[in-house]
This record gives sequence, structure tokens and C-alpha cells, in this order.
Amino acid sequence: MMPTKKTIELSRGDSDSGNMLVNIGPQHPATHGVLRLLCELDGETVLSVEPDIGYLHSSFEKLGEFRTWNQIVPLTDRMDYLAPLMYNCVYVMAVEKLMGLEVTERCKVVRVLCMEMERIFSHLLWLGTTAIDVGAFTPFLYAFQERERIYKLHESFTGARITTSATRIGGMMADLPDGWTDELKDFVETFPETLDEIDSLLTRNGIHLGRTQDIGIISSSDAINAGFTGPNLRASGIDYDLRKDRPYYDYETYEFDVPIGKNGDCYDRYLVRMEEMRQSLKILSQALERLPDGPINVEDPRISLPSKTDCMNDMESMIHHFKIVTEGVRVPPGDCYFAIEGSKGELGMYVVSDGGEKPIRWRIRPPSFVNLSVLPQLAEGHQVSDLIMINASLDIVLGEIDR
Amino acid sequence: MEQLTAIFGSAIVGSEVQCGDQQVVFVEPAQSREILEWLRDNEEQSYDLLLDVTAVDYGSVPGVQVVYQLWSIIHKKLLRIKCSLPENRLEIRSVVDLWSCANWLEREVFDLFGVDFVGHPDLRRILMPKNYSEGHPLRKSFPLRGKFSREKQTKIALEQDYEDYYRPEQLGALGIDPVNDAD
Repeated sequence: MMPTKKTIELSRGDSDSGNMLVNIGPQHPATHGVLRLLCELDGETVLSVEPDIGYLHSSFEKLGEFRTWNQIVPLTDRMDYLAPLMYNCVYVMAVEKLMGLEVTERCKVVRVLCMEMERIFSHLLWLGTTAIDVGAFTPFLYAFQERERIYKLHESFTGARITTSATRIGGMMADLPDGWTDELKDFVETFPETLDEIDSLLTRNGIHLGRTQDIGIISSSDAINAGFTGPNLRASGIDYDLRKDRPYYDYETYEFDVPIGKNGDCYDRYLVRMEEMRQSLKILSQALERLPDGPINVEDPRISLPSKTDCMNDMESMIHHFKIVTEGVRVPPGDCYFAIEGSKGELGMYVVSDGGEKPIRWRIRPPSFVNLSVLPQLAEGHQVSDLIMINASLDIVLGEIDR
Repeated sequence: MEQLTAIFGSAIVGSEVQCGDQQVVFVEPAQSREILEWLRDNEEQSYDLLLDVTAVDYGSVPGVQVVYQLWSIIHKKLLRIKCSLPENRLEIRSVVDLWSCANWLEREVFDLFGVDFVGHPDLRRILMPKNYSEGHPLRKSFPLRGKFSREKQTKIALEQDYEDYYRPEQLGALGIDPVNDAD
């Protein structure tokens, strides 16, 4: 912790109170990103905490208004670099919904594969870093070894490890490369072993229990009022999972359970995420089984280019090709809110079009942003070390909070 | 929708369905808070989860449209409430006392669009720097690279004392009275 010389001894009004103001961050490993927590402390007890965000703000939403619909895809994975494919997918899904476009069966299953893989990918980072925050180093190494395998899958599919930009309106950038599904199958088969190992290291570990149980409790009604979604809300006992409640991409036909917690403390949030990884594996193996053959991109004159032969042979195809390449895809006027069950909560995209080749407004419904805003409420009265644990248990990513 | 019109009458300006299944209701800003409260507390509606508060600046129409996304966990229904604010009166009642998550979301809309949420306990910038003086970036009248010239932006950046940023009163947080800050 690096308190600056001016803030360290400021007190709240009366200088006799002895309360201290301490900055945690913005550059601190335990804040999980460029987040600054301004804490007022009475000894070790947190009296109040004020998260200060905006350090990574790059105004993606404004940039989006100056880009064509397909050019926005690279902006989306730079928000949540812990689950980039998920953000790629949800953006194009929102635009496709606004266009009334139905993607091919193969594309649907490929996107389900991507999204569930990213859930594990993101939860593994959360698992590793949270374990480090409570002093367990081994789970971090195990988790990052497994993450490395998903990085490799990213790389062979998209050519990039983090900035994947793999989706396009109406399909994917490319079809899955040869042997990709076998590698993923191998991951699905061998990953549970590592997960069990981590599980045996943490789930009944006395230190871990002491650090997480009854820490940062939020009741179910408070959690709803605070806008919690995703694993955080489910840890408080609310059964709300978009894959079940507002299904997309035939999630209702996959067999999986939604883990629900009871107490809404850090330990329940841990349990829910651990179980979610197992359920994602279940979905992955079902999706791998049903992955159909066929085209991955839709044939729709609004978005797909005519073949090169046609372009060379008839004038209309050439003009069509020219229009799509130079102007980009046009989206009919209207607005659309589309959300998926992201790894951190309800990940929504709100797109507004006036019929042009650029959006009027592109808004991300940020799950981490809303989840982080509850931190002051959760941390009050706890110790500084618990504040770190609570912050870790919320699973935030600052790229998406600041956008 | 019929119920809404029956209770709130002329405060319900209109409604439409977008993308096949997304219900949108346009309401008057003067009564938006009452309508949202009713939607949350009425048992047949019970839109208990406020997913998002955001705004849209269409550019072609002066003013800003504030957009609320609601979800009912029990009835599994999605609802979008829209509220058009005229350019000369960018203010709307805050819903922080109904949903605590509105706190940061409304601050963001204030920061990026300049909408004044009346009754918000702590309305200040959240994503942009506290002393940002170029306006509200997501308005259509705001150029992509900012309102000031590059020289002026550089000058402002160079003139800043980095320690200013770490003074609590800059943050306006925690209600701190900076008594000891004399040097």
C-alpha cells in the first residue's frame, strides 16, 4: 500500500479521531486491475471505502459511434480481456437480433463452445488470483497452467491469445481449424482432474474457510436491489441465470444445473463459481457432440460478399461487393437490448441504429461495474484483509468497468 | 401497458415492440420515478431488477433520451422504459432510493451526457477525471478528440499537480473536511 504523504494523516473533521485514510492502488496487485480504493480505517477496521475508477477509461462507446458495425468487434474484446470471445459473441448477437438475422446451426454451436470455454477461462483467473489474495499460491499455478491451454485454443482459432476479435455479423471470422475440437475435447476430459486438485486444496481448507465464510454477506433482497447478476447474485440464493431464464442459442436443450448459494458470503461465491466450471464442462461436451457440419456464415446479401467469380463476371455483384466493402453493413433503424450470461454477470449490449452503417449508440451493460459499486456496502466494518477478499470475490475486470 | 395507461394516464406517451419481443414504453420525465416505483412494487409487474440506466443522444433530435432496462425475476419479463429530455432541461428524478445500483449508473449518465438526476445523493463524475472541463463526451456535439485543441489539452495536463489528484477533497469522497492539509 502506498499512501501518499498528503493523505495519510488526514482525518474526518476532527483530528483527534485517529482514523486513517489509506490509498490502496491504483497500482496494487490485490485490486485486480487499475482500481484505487480510498479507505478510511480505524486501526485495521474499514469504516468506509470509496472505489475510484476511470483509470482505464478509453471511451469505447464513443469510439463505436465512429466505426462501422463490424469494426466495433475489436473494441469488444479489449474490454474484458479475461473472456474476450464472450464479448465478441454478445456484441454480434445483439446486432444480429436487431437485423433479424438467424445464424447457421454450426455457428450457434461454435459460439456456445466459445462462450462456455471463456466462462472457464475467466473463472480460472478469478480462482487463481483470489487464492493468492488469501495466501494460497499453488492454486494460482494450477489455474494458470490450465488457462494457458485455453490461450493456445484461442491462438489456433483466432490467431491471437487475448485480442481475439473472432466474430463477425452473421458468423465467425473463420471456421474452426482442423483438430481444434480434439484439443478442446482433450481439455474437457483432463481439466476436471486439475479442478479436483484445486478443490481439495481450497474447499475444506481451514485457512480458506476462515478467510471467506461469513465475510462480505449480502442478503438476496439487497443483492437484487444492488443490481447483482451472475454468480454473485446466485450465491445469495436467487435463481437467475440467463441461459435458463432468457435462453439463447438453444441453451434450453443443453442439460446443466445452475448452482445456487445460501449465505451470499465470499465462500458461497467461491462455491458457485467452482460448480459453474463443472457445469460449463458439461455444456462443452454436449456441444462438442452435437457440433453440426455445414457453413459457418449465413448467406445474406445484406452482409455476405458475393463470390469472386460473380464479381468478375457481372456488374451487379461487383457493385454489391463494392458497397459492402466500402460502406459496411447497414442495420435497420431501431434499438435492441441483448444480454447473455457472462462470466461476471449479465452482460448486455444495447445497440441503437438509425439505418446507417454506424451505430447511433452502442452501450455495454457492464456486470463488473454494477458489482463493484456494492463493494463499500459489503466491506464496511470488516478488516482491511477482508476488504481484499471481498473485492476478489466479486470478480471484477477493470477494462470493462472503465470501458 | 393498458394498466400503465389506466393509472398514469397522459404520463405514458407511447409504446412499441422492438426486435419482435422487446417491450418499450415511453414515459414523461416528470413522472418517471413514480412509474418505475409502481413497476417495481406492483405484484403483477414486479420488475425488481434494474439492469441498466443509460442514455441516447440521437443527434437528429435535440436532447437526450434516458433508457431504463428492467427485468422481473419472477415473471421473466424484460421491459425498457424511455424518457425523452429536452435540450434546455436535462433533468430527471433519481431512482437511487429505489435501486441502490442506480447510484453509479446515474453518475455515469451524468458524467457522459450531463443529465442532472434530481435527488441523487452524490452526483459527480465517475469515469472522466474529476476536474475534466471539456463537457460530456457522449453527446453528439462533442467531437471525438475532445472540445479543446491539442495545445490546450497538453497545457492543462502539464499544469496539473499530480498530488492534487490524491487530495481527498478532490475526490469529494467520504465527506472529508481537509483540515490538516496545510503546507
